[in-house]
Amino acid sequence: MASLRDVRVGEAATVTKLGGTGAVKRRIMDMGVTKGTRILVHKVAPLGDPIEVTVRGFELSLRKDEAGCIEVADVRRGA
Amino acid sequence: MPAPTTIALAGNPNCGKTTLFNELTGSNGYVGNWPGVTVEKKMASWRSDHDVIFVDLPGIYSLSPYSPEEVVSRDYLVKERPDAVINLIDVTNLERSLYLATQVLEAGRPMVVGLNMCDLLKGRKDKIDAELLSERLGVPVLEVSALRNTNLDALVNAAVDAGRSGRAPGGVACFTPELEKALEDIQSILGDACAPELARWYAIKVFERDAEVLQELGLDEARRARAEAVIAAVEKDRDDDAESIVTSERYEWIATVVDDCVKKAPKQLTTSQKIDRVVTNRVLGLPIFAAVMIAVYWFALVAVGTPATDWVNDNLFSDGFFISAQGSADYTQAKEAWDEHHYADQIGGYLDAAKEAGVDVDGVQEAIDAEERGDEDVATISAFMKAAKDAGVTAEDVPITDEDGNFVDDEGEAITKEDADGNPILDEGQRQGLIPSVSLDQFKEAVETPEPDQHDYPGFVDSLPNAASGLLDGAGASDLVKSLVIDGIIGGVGSVLGFIPQIFFLFVALCFLEDCGYMSRVAFVMDRVFRRFGLSGKSFIPMIVSSGCGVPGVLATKTIENERDRRMTAMLTTMIPCSAKLPIIALVMGVLAGGSNMWWVAPLFYLMGIVAIVVSAVMLKKTRPFEGEPLPFVMELPAYHFPAVRSWFLHVWERVGAYVKKAGTIIFAAAVGIWFLSNFGVAGWEGGDGGFGFLPGMEGVPDSFMDYSILAGFGGALSFLFVPLGFGNWQAAASSISALIAKENLVSTFGVLYGLGGATENSVGMWQGFANMFTIGGTLHVGAMCAFVAFNMLCAPCFAAMGTIRRQMESARWTAFAIAYECIFGWVIGLFINQFYELVAFGQFGFWTVVAFVLLAAMLFQIFRPAPVWDKPDEKVLSSLTDPGEAA
Repeated sequence: MASLRDVRVGEAATVTKLGGTGAVKRRIMDMGVTKGTRILVHKVAPLGDPIEVTVRGFELSLRKDEAGCIEVADVRRGA
Repeated sequence: MPAPTTIALAGNPNCGKTTLFNELTGSNGYVGNWPGVTVEKKMASWRSDHDVIFVDLPGIYSLSPYSPEEVVSRDYLVKERPDAVINLIDVTNLERSLYLATQVLEAGRPMVVGLNMCDLLKGRKDKIDAELLSERLGVPVLEVSALRNTNLDALVNAAVDAGRSGRAPGGVACFTPELEKALEDIQSILGDACAPELARWYAIKVFERDAEVLQELGLDEARRARAEAVIAAVEKDRDDDAESIVTSERYEWIATVVDDCVKKAPKQLTTSQKIDRVVTNRVLGLPIFAAVMIAVYWFALVAVGTPATDWVNDNLFSDGFFISAQGSADYTQAKEAWDEHHYADQIGGYLDAAKEAGVDVDGVQEAIDAEERGDEDVATISAFMKAAKDAGVTAEDVPITDEDGNFVDDEGEAITKEDADGNPILDEGQRQGLIPSVSLDQFKEAVETPEPDQHDYPGFVDSLPNAASGLLDGAGASDLVKSLVIDGIIGGVGSVLGFIPQIFFLFVALCFLEDCGYMSRVAFVMDRVFRRFGLSGKSFIPMIVSSGCGVPGVLATKTIENERDRRMTAMLTTMIPCSAKLPIIALVMGVLAGGSNMWWVAPLFYLMGIVAIVVSAVMLKKTRPFEGEPLPFVMELPAYHFPAVRSWFLHVWERVGAYVKKAGTIIFAAAVGIWFLSNFGVAGWEGGDGGFGFLPGMEGVPDSFMDYSILAGFGGALSFLFVPLGFGNWQAAASSISALIAKENLVSTFGVLYGLGGATENSVGMWQGFANMFTIGGTLHVGAMCAFVAFNMLCAPCFAAMGTIRRQMESARWTAFAIAYECIFGWVIGLFINQFYELVAFGQFGFWTVVAFVLLAAMLFQIFRPAPVWDKPDEKVLSSLTDPGEAA
């Protein structure tokens, strides 16, 4: 299973499952990353971490560790 | 009079809520913190009707139990029961905004929705159907613009009406039928455990297994088990946990609502995205960040802020200033002409020559220097001149000195090397600046040519202390009152006011970065570096600022949302040498290198500050108060926008005002306290009566009256602490205490204690005095000197910064912890420097060497050991919120 961590810049993917627990998981979901959401990975910070994604029409930044908890499928270039 | 109507403002961060609040209230409100947490709490009444009071809730995304902001918001809605809620929605982020709105609806308060930033939507050619949205949510929905103040009155009136009607919506049925069924079951299980209008709220929270709510409801075992059975059934059916099911379904419902209500135009790259492509670019991101930091630093500390602060300090509080350009030019010219003659050197040189020729010079210098020469002075001078004439005195090769009291060469440059007798040592090819000869006539001219006085030129405004001194003299005030007012009160207030220009300009820059959206990009760019030692990417800004001044540096921590990171940064940021510590560095450089060539000494102290911060951060992160995984960095990067000038400046004003009020009172009290300590004491000198009192006002007081002050007593009592650091004398301790007023005081107090008069950190005499303090048996103990300086760099900052830390921490306990940590850390580092230097340079090994090694080992252990695990991460926020000890 691929995670959002493996999605390259410029590619989009659909969320299939959210790992993690408690605060981190809830926070990710509160920001609109829920099952079935399409996420576009749109940039990596100059030092390689965190990443910036577009979700539900706004920009969200998350660390690679956190992105690793988000399982995705249907990885394709472009939104 | 009707009871006031309370309206809570809720919304996401960056939805324009602050602008709305400022527009509605004129921001005349009360700004404080929610009890127990340093989350900002703002309250103010409506401009149009003072019976309507707005409470600005923190900007949040959800009502989850995990962050302090969210917990205070939901506690306020559910427990304090405001009359109505205005939920402001940023229409460019409709889905995420509605996610919060559906939760706020469940809190059971009358609510209206304001759609903000509709103009931006129009720019994108999207259309939103407010009527349909209102139908779906079951509450009034109005299009407004907080920035342009359109429709705001209608919004508030709708909220007031909704509040009067008392009709609470109680939430929308946004979940799938099976989840709705489960919630109904839970509602019936809860029964009368909660108010009917909150039944749905509690049912959802119980379903989510919200720890705080479960604790609050205190359900019995049987009911708990029944509810758990309902939850488990749904979870099993859906193969997901309850919290995720609720969140997902909310967003699914919202997606259908948004589909119906919004007609979207084809997507284009927004301006904000275009800017971001450059600003957080993988290659350009760091250089741009560096450029922005340099720009802020330059603007706030170099170009505008520091000159403004210097102006206030030098002119308003020290020398006075000219408001007439002509007067200023005339004075400068006269002063330069006067300086060119080196009259003071001529007088000094002539007197020395006369003394050598056997002429009595007793009291002559004093008579010449007298502010207003009385008959007696004039008589002394003319008697001397007569005697000098009879002896035929002419001074030859009189050395020229500069304003620091140093000898100069024939180019006018200070000579920075002196031998033990105070004679200048010349470099090869260098020639000392001398006046070939001073005759009696020249001496007479020097005595009779007074230094130009600024007061005699038009347009001169006297400084505050001088003016106050004049007034007090006129009123016949005693020396004690004068000293209290001028040195204590004006000195103290001055140290507060002097910082205001710097702080103001700094916040003009920082609030702009914050309001325009760049600050979250700073965190994005720097996160990687700072996470390594447990700080936030935003900790960088306070540290940059602190290299100018710790006060705005500590204030700049305000932009760090996370409480733990904010506290830690506020605690550590003053370890970066600020500009007031530069004279101390200059002093050491003078001793070590004669003020030249060793350019690398100063950067070494900055390096020491940075290392101290990193080491402290790594160590503290593994202690109980700061423990924990780095917080999730799931953060919105809001769209860039140019901030509204009004809210921008209100923002600045809020920060500066807070500094003046909170920090000001502490600094003021401390300044008066130190004034008392250094001016009062026991008259223990030879011929003194041994009585306690105001020292400068006593009979026969010596110039070095501070030797007899309470401060000196304290210094003596505390000096034992510094023995292991190599500077266990009372002068070092006393000057460290007086440096708490302002770090540069270390040098001036030092000068007073050693009777060096007006010597500065650039005076060769001062370097020697400083070196003498650390010279035992003819050997200069460089380790002890460096330990002394390191201690003063790292220990508690000046009172202004301490007051600011107090204001930032909002807790006496945390402030005490921060200051104690800084002092202990500074002491330990001082110990290392002194003991290890002594060991290497002189082979000294003793008890304290062992202690130093033990402490070093303990420090290394704390740095390199794995982080201990204290408890489950989820419970942290809750337990810190309920800790009553925090509410100071």
